[in-house]
Amino acid sequence: MTVVAIVCAALLLGAAVLALIRAERGPSMLDRTVALDVFVTALVGGIVVEAALTGRTDTLPLLVVLSMVGFVGSVTIARFAAAEPKGEGRVRTAEEIAQEEAARAGKEIDHALVNGEPRDLHEPKYPRSLPENPEKGGDR
Amino acid sequence: MTWTAVADVLAGICLVSGAFLAFAAGVGVLRFPDLLARMHAGTKPQVLGLILLLTGEALRVRNLQVLGILVLIVIFQLLTAPVAAHMVGRAGYRTGKVRSELLVVDELTADHFQSAVPAPRSEPDHGLDNPAPRKD
Repeated sequence: MTVVAIVCAALLLGAAVLALIRAERGPSMLDRTVALDVFVTALVGGIVVEAALTGRTDTLPLLVVLSMVGFVGSVTIARFAAAEPKGEGRVRTAEEIAQEEAARAGKEIDHALVNGEPRDLHEPKYPRSLPENPEKGGDR
Repeated sequence: MTWTAVADVLAGICLVSGAFLAFAAGVGVLRFPDLLARMHAGTKPQVLGLILLLTGEALRVRNLQVLGILVLIVIFQLLTAPVAAHMVGRAGYRTGKVRSELLVVDELTADHFQSAVPAPRSEPDHGLDNPAPRKD
């Protein structure tokens, strides 16, 4: 039985290491999810082999908990998986963040603020007189 | 040769088989090129490998209460593994992780192309997506 346990432990260790390598490489979150499922399965197998070797039965509830955690984790990640365009994950520059926020607010970009040019902060940001716009100007 | 020895030998065979399935899953998850192929490899030890390992454990321990817990674990895994695989596969398809050129049959994409595109309405509806212009 000891030989069986050693062989099983070697196989399960190999499975766990290979799954961890894939979890580290995995190009997307879903690949990592699948790899971590395999890792959890190897963990369950290790617990089962240890229980079969020593004949102990108090570790069996751990198997229920581990399979539950693996299920909830993979379903959660899959539910909130989003399309990851290429280049996502890098840190954006200040100018890109300012452009996105300006696009979200529907305003023009304040280039002086982005480029770090000295600027009088008490100066009003927009011209005091509204531009001539006969359609929308009268509502305000 | 007593029956306990026979049970131990069968338990050893089952344990080694289950561990080999887990190892094969590890190799497949690392080597396969696609999300769906990796899922295919990864689900082998989740059902069959787990059943083999727990059968080995049951043959080794030979206790009725332990057998009950082990059957419970197998039933739970049989219920949850398809759900998790379905969720992962659907999310992979929707986020473009499925490489269609590697598939032999891709009926879902064919259905998407065959399904009729609804014609645009002449006048805009005033639902939440397209509210009515304000009168004030």
